[in-house]
Amino acid sequence: MSEPVVIVGASMGGLRTAEALRRFGYDGAITVFGDEPHAPYNRPPLSKEVLAESVSHDAVAFEIRDSVADVNWVLGTRILSADLEHGTVTDDNFDVHPFSALVIATGLRPRRLHVANGDLRGRHAVRTLDDAIALRSELVPGARVVIVGAGFIGCEVAATARKLGCEVTIVAPGTHPMLRPLGAELAAEMQRRHEVEGVVFLMKREVTDFIGDTAIAGVLLDDGSTLDCDLLVEAIGSHENTEWLDGNDLDTSAGVLTSNNLRAVRSDGTEWENVFAVGDVARFPNPVYDGESRRIEHWNIPTETAKRVAQVFTGQANGEFRPIPSFWSDQYDNHLLAYGVLALADDIRLEDGDVSGDCVFGYYRGGRMVGVCGIGMRSVVQSYRANFV
Amino acid sequence: MIKIDVDMSKCQHYGQCVFEAPQIFKLNEDDKLEFTATADDSERANVEAAIDVCPMQAISIVE
Repeated sequence: MSEPVVIVGASMGGLRTAEALRRFGYDGAITVFGDEPHAPYNRPPLSKEVLAESVSHDAVAFEIRDSVADVNWVLGTRILSADLEHGTVTDDNFDVHPFSALVIATGLRPRRLHVANGDLRGRHAVRTLDDAIALRSELVPGARVVIVGAGFIGCEVAATARKLGCEVTIVAPGTHPMLRPLGAELAAEMQRRHEVEGVVFLMKREVTDFIGDTAIAGVLLDDGSTLDCDLLVEAIGSHENTEWLDGNDLDTSAGVLTSNNLRAVRSDGTEWENVFAVGDVARFPNPVYDGESRRIEHWNIPTETAKRVAQVFTGQANGEFRPIPSFWSDQYDNHLLAYGVLALADDIRLEDGDVSGDCVFGYYRGGRMVGVCGIGMRSVVQSYRANFV
Repeated sequence: MIKIDVDMSKCQHYGQCVFEAPQIFKLNEDDKLEFTATADDSERANVEAAIDVCPMQAISIVE
């Protein structure tokens, strides 16, 4: 076992895996490949602080602890393919790197709109630091911003852009922003709060094409109307970065299917002994809920999955892997905090507070609490977490 | 003993640290973070876990 553990993906999941391997006693070689030029950094500020202030990589970089100082960081290098049978990955210089174990930490990339007149300047997405810095330069007072998509990223960018003095319109196919995670009542209330701040919502609408010659000047909507803009932000969800794994015996239909121990699973259901997935790209069963395998795009999941992989790899895993997903979102002075998987709920109840002010909602499936979410009232939100541990 | 520092200019009181090191961190009744600045070495692993889960990366152990 002289070959290194190879981690593909140098974001939070890759970093936390390297740290956890050291913490649980693995002292062999570790190589981390990342296609971005930057050392690992924290992504949540990208839709907020990085857009609002002149924040550089230093301000969002994760600390590189002494324990991982000897890790071989290969940045600005994309892994093009993997051969799991022979235990190698191949980079974009066509150099082949053998591994003793492989950790898949390649995460997601933003989905983009595909329209006829798509080759225009002024189109943005928010996933990487470079994305956020490029968008920041255009978020000037008075700029007309169209945001396509009304999920958390779209809504956070909307709030930041309003604070910067931009005119903001959100176009999305659903009835309310953040409807799937939050449920109808809280989603409608968040829409109201955005509208009070001056955001215009064009819901149940889709963008069918762009207007402009070299730079975007507007969008065409599915009802035939047009909307002028100076820039466009596409916040319509994500694709899993798994194409580099094509040709191997894996299920990558929606992320990398793994066992509860995060070992990648073959088509016959058996596990790859030395291939793991962590973070956003891992689709694993969580017994906190049911047997269903899901990807979880929450910030705490890279850290939780990295720790589990290190425990499994070093033979120190005990019991089932049962992480409690957690997310938060800041939009103006509305501080959302949630635990659990809210989208599983068939019944949502106001538990505390007042929906027009600070409030806490409980999310239930079959009468059992599967999540909790509040605006403000964080200690109350936290007190419910024990209900579904 | 270990010495714990929280950069209060970064801290947004998310309270994620509370579950990792409950002996050190808590949210008070105003939902603001309170923490114990020194702790026994046995708390180091918990505090390091809290450092990992802090969304603002505001916590450190002062060596």
